[in-house]
Amino acid sequence: MKKNLWVLYLLTFIFSHLIYAGDAEEKGLAIAKERKLRDKGWGDLQAEMVMTLRNKHGQESIRQIRIKNLEVTGDGDKALSIFDEPRDVKGTAFLNFSHVKGNDDQWLYLPALKRVKRISSRNKSGPFMGSEFSYEDLSSYEIEKYSFKFIGEQKCGDLDCFKIESKPLYKHSGYTRMESLIDKGEYRVQQIDFYDRKNSHLKTLTFSDYKQYKNKFWRANHFNMINHQTGKSTRLDWLNYRFSTGLDDKDFNKSSLKRLR
Amino acid sequence: MGSGQWAVGSKRMKINQWRDNFSLKFLVTLFLLLPISNAKIMAMDISGYIAASGLFFQQEPLAQEQHKHQLALSAEVEIYHAWNENRDSILFKPYQLIDQYDNERTHTDIRELLWLHVADSWELRFGISKVFWGVNEGNHLIDIINQSDQVDSITGDEKLGQPMINLNFLNSWGNIELFILPYFREQTYPGINGRFRSSLVVNADKTEFESSDKEKHIDYAIRWAHSFDEFDIGIHAFKGTNRSPRYLVKTASITSSPYLVAYYDQISQLGLDLQATFDAWLLKLEALYREDKFDKFTALSGGIEYTFNGIFNSSTDLGVVTEYSWDERNQPNLYQFQNDLLLAARVAFNNAQSSEMLIGIIQNLDHSQLRSIQIEASRRIGNNNKLILEMRWFDDHPFNPIHNDDHIQLKFMHYF
Repeated sequence: MKKNLWVLYLLTFIFSHLIYAGDAEEKGLAIAKERKLRDKGWGDLQAEMVMTLRNKHGQESIRQIRIKNLEVTGDGDKALSIFDEPRDVKGTAFLNFSHVKGNDDQWLYLPALKRVKRISSRNKSGPFMGSEFSYEDLSSYEIEKYSFKFIGEQKCGDLDCFKIESKPLYKHSGYTRMESLIDKGEYRVQQIDFYDRKNSHLKTLTFSDYKQYKNKFWRANHFNMINHQTGKSTRLDWLNYRFSTGLDDKDFNKSSLKRLR
Repeated sequence: MGSGQWAVGSKRMKINQWRDNFSLKFLVTLFLLLPISNAKIMAMDISGYIAASGLFFQQEPLAQEQHKHQLALSAEVEIYHAWNENRDSILFKPYQLIDQYDNERTHTDIRELLWLHVADSWELRFGISKVFWGVNEGNHLIDIINQSDQVDSITGDEKLGQPMINLNFLNSWGNIELFILPYFREQTYPGINGRFRSSLVVNADKTEFESSDKEKHIDYAIRWAHSFDEFDIGIHAFKGTNRSPRYLVKTASITSSPYLVAYYDQISQLGLDLQATFDAWLLKLEALYREDKFDKFTALSGGIEYTFNGIFNSSTDLGVVTEYSWDERNQPNLYQFQNDLLLAARVAFNNAQSSEMLIGIIQNLDHSQLRSIQIEASRRIGNNNKLILEMRWFDDHPFNPIHNDDHIQLKFMHYF
């Protein structure tokens, strides 16, 4: 009888851990879904971005980029970025159609040649314009691209946060996993830690100066990405967020690339 | 000043003097604009660059009027103004190059002088502009709208402004582009003091045309372009003056030396450009069928581009390109892209200075001794400057008019 009880305890112990593990994934997914839901319906937006690259000696280079985004129902977002600085790449533009399944579609506009070139979008892990942000860091956030696991709760500054781990499900990612801190109140991501292909801590991205737009949508005015392995960092300062400016599909096609300013 | 060339061209001398004065005034005006970086005067955007470049040739020149090095100054300004919530805009882009020795290479061009009107599902361009068609890296076979500014770059990648009335209709099944091209631009040719020419110099005053309308002949073009799934496709038709000239040998009289005259004929052309993008594989094709007064022929050029991202665990990308070009005509005086294979590698370091390098070889498959090799490297210096190094080697075969012009070009560009 005692032996049977032990077996029962053992089985319950194992079984409860299995449920807990399943729970962790469900809870992680639920948090990610809520975060995405809180941001749903933003429609279209325009903003200016100043990207400051800093090497380990403290030397800085500046990039100025204008961004246009279009929310697409049932698929990933459309994004258009136009460079204003540095001057030698002024007018260069990227058009990106993010997809939930499969690779993104990407086009590059070269203003000197007036050429629109469709490029490979497999390059997820490469640095964007020499910065610490890779292409996958800047692409739109789609739940279907990751598997989630709830890790725990912790303080993040003045706020209380959920900590969830996400693993990219798509190929060619530069990361094994990420750990995100999402505040419990508004489901805004406060910090992301990135772990490289060897599962070493690679970068930390912190979001600050959140502002709410149209009484619903939270956007951080500053992103700061620090690369712990190289000592380099990149800061993004967002200016002039404008929502519902009347953008539609026609502003996000090859033709519109050629007449961009 | 020895040859009969200059006696024939005394009228051109006067034009050259006027042009030189103008060039100087233009550059001076440009220097005055320099301090206005990122300026908005009366809501106009002004930007552009000023560049200093030098061509350094490996071999001694074949003609005594040529030199072993050639320096040049160039500048381009872009003035832009938009109104009506950016639905209307005007763009003015003048360009100037001053060459140390070659008066024919010294030239002014209006690259753009364009009114653009953007409506919901159509756009109108009226004025002078540039339009690029194509998917290839080496042989831009179907890029027909603009004329090449050949003295600017022997690759033909720099273009002269083309007057046009262009109407684009944007639809979900593709865009329709309509062009009326009311004025023909001649190619630019090197003068007696310039290199990259055959032993005979082109006399640009004596250009001949098949059409009696000459450069006033009105050309037409239409293109359908669409992107869907992995494909980007374009199909076009062009009817008008051939942008590529034939060269005729002429002499003014029995006693004076011969010279070349460019002859532009009329053509009708049907063409295709296609790219399929599968992950990191880019498959490309450009093809055309052309009819002129004497000939009907097909030509095609296509290939594959593959990019290795982050080689050797770094942030460097390596792109590899191979392209094959074939021209049915197979005429000896056409020289390039008749049965040629291009192999190239592009290295992008993805650093803060956007350093890049390109190595390429074009090999003629009919004549194993005919090939050209090029190496290019570029990087940003500071926030507003760019340094470009180009090296080109040509084979020694006499078929090639520029076989004696292996060179290095160094170019420093300051952007404002």
